[in-house]
Amino acid sequence: MRSLFSSGMKGSTVKTMPYRALFIALCLSVTGLLACAGDGGNGPGKGGGPQKTDPADSGIKVPSGFKATVVAQSLGRTRHLAVTDNGMIYVKLERLKDGKGIVRLKDSGHHGTMDDVMGFGHFGGTGMAIRDGYLYASSDEEVFRYKLDADGNVISPEHPEKIVTGLLQRGEHEAKAITLDYDGNLYVNIGAYSNACQVQDRTKGSPAMNPCPILDSAGGIWKFKAGQPNQTYKDGVRYATGLRNVVGLDWNKSTNSLFVMQHGRDQLSDLFPQYFDTKQSAELPAECMYELHMGSNCGWPYIYYDQIQHKKVLAPEYGGDGKKDGDAKFQDPVAAYPGHLAPNGLLFYTGTMFPERYRNGAFIAFHGSWNRAPEPQKGYFVVFQPFKDGKPSGAWEVFADNFSGSPELTASGRARHRPCGLAQGPDGSLYVTDDSKGTIWKITYNK
Amino acid sequence: MKTYSMGILFCGGLIILAAMMMSQTTRPAAPARATPARTARTGSTAQGGFAASMARGKQVYLQQCLACHQADALGVENMNPSLVKSKYVLGDKTVLVRIVLTGMKGVEIDGDAYHNVMAPHSDLTDQQIADVLTYVRNSFGNKAKAVTAAEVKAIRAKTKLN
Ligand code: HEC
Repeated sequence: MRSLFSSGMKGSTVKTMPYRALFIALCLSVTGLLACAGDGGNGPGKGGGPQKTDPADSGIKVPSGFKATVVAQSLGRTRHLAVTDNGMIYVKLERLKDGKGIVRLKDSGHHGTMDDVMGFGHFGGTGMAIRDGYLYASSDEEVFRYKLDADGNVISPEHPEKIVTGLLQRGEHEAKAITLDYDGNLYVNIGAYSNACQVQDRTKGSPAMNPCPILDSAGGIWKFKAGQPNQTYKDGVRYATGLRNVVGLDWNKSTNSLFVMQHGRDQLSDLFPQYFDTKQSAELPAECMYELHMGSNCGWPYIYYDQIQHKKVLAPEYGGDGKKDGDAKFQDPVAAYPGHLAPNGLLFYTGTMFPERYRNGAFIAFHGSWNRAPEPQKGYFVVFQPFKDGKPSGAWEVFADNFSGSPELTASGRARHRPCGLAQGPDGSLYVTDDSKGTIWKITYNK
Repeated sequence: MKTYSMGILFCGGLIILAAMMMSQTTRPAAPARATPARTARTGSTAQGGFAASMARGKQVYLQQCLACHQADALGVENMNPSLVKSKYVLGDKTVLVRIVLTGMKGVEIDGDAYHNVMAPHSDLTDQQIADVLTYVRNSFGNKAKAVTAAEVKAIRAKTKLN
């Protein structure tokens, strides 16, 4: 297994096909260019190498009474994470680091430091969750689970059970984010491999496909049995559709329902400059929170939600002009946030460490934008959305900020850290990952 | 499918490149390290020379490329690659022009995967493509020979557009 996913080459094409690698290798070598070499693929830029302690890591701004401490750094592209009842952290890596795709962090001496670090799992990916004594982890095509012992240790790191296999992965919106309910079901995001379901993706003038054929196998949330091995599309059900891409999702225990954060479409002004200027295109459409039930249809690609006009708008590919109403049959979001902030983590807070007002509210990790250019970029923060009676109630607020390092780094998009995963510790603390530099923070509250 | 066609394009590009190199043997050898300005003055058919091409190219970049590759051309990690000191930007013109004409998807670059898609830009004129590539090859710390509209025209004629 190890040899299959050797970490020796940075260019090891873990998710790609051999002929692709061959073509690339061929063409690179013939054109006399440097072939795949370098470090383990951690974070941005070229040839970063192992990263040193970054003093800015402690520079996360949180409300008074809260404290953010770094519990781990330079782990790789840390995506979603899960914490055991006794405080061990499991975090999923987007790509392998040193041949491993999951990292377990343990405070072996109970001294408050995660000194015991162990890697396992030979697949990159995003999803990570714990339910009923199992650790669930997803690659971009499959979902696996590992049985945990009474202390939360993975019993057999080399032999996960394959729960779901054969999910579509076409490069774009590839992450198979997962969550579970409390009735033995697993929910998997299968993102649309497209921006707006044009014949030619992201190409000005290319018409929309109508109906959008992508929706039969992607662009929604699929439901599977949490404990049944080797399920494929035919064993699951399309639980909800019309969702372009979901990375942040969580089962809300108080409503007993699934909530998701959709990544809204890109490039309104690139593709339709006659209807949208760059300022409108930076704000629109909203990044939406939806409460889903079996059969929900949130309307992608036919509509998008405009948080300024407070309505569903017909997508320009389908005859819209930025004003015409979208079809009323599509579900409305329960909350809407500014465009392109990329909500990658969602967590309903059920702990008692934080003040009462946080209980059953939602934390959202916004990875930060890129599609606001040439306007300033935005995001790179964790938001708190207050809830009341199972519905968002009142304005959202930035809870943890300055992951980018400074307002200038936010505006330019050259953020130091990009918040991605969220999890709650057994003591009620909040964990946040960063998939750029592999940092994990623990946010605590002290009365 | 795209992946194969990229590969075929690359390899097709190499054949054309080889042909071009052979046909050039009768001409006087180009200066080993031509500055962009000199390149523009010598072989270029660009209207108004190098400076004018750069100025026009910047406008094309702002409208057609910046959204993904960003104002500083450093791209977006995991999504859109950097164009700074990129081997594609500085490398073979045929490969580069074809990236703009036919787009790019699913190709790992220096061991990193990019999860966005570059659309084809075949609707741009030969001059616009020449200008934007001249601009990208000579901005953001890059330095490479200008691309001419005649070169783009010749490459376009031998490229299957989708
Ligand atoms: C919709 C987003 C998008 C737009 C607009 C776009 N690109 Fe790209 N570009 C990409 C992506 C994504 C890749 C990498 C695809 C891959 O890895 O397979 C890429 C790759 C490239 C590459 C090769 C890789 C490298 O690192 O050099 C070049 C050169 C390039 N683009 C130039 C341009 C130019 C010039 C324009 C404007 C005419 C442009 N791009 C517009 C997204 C975009």
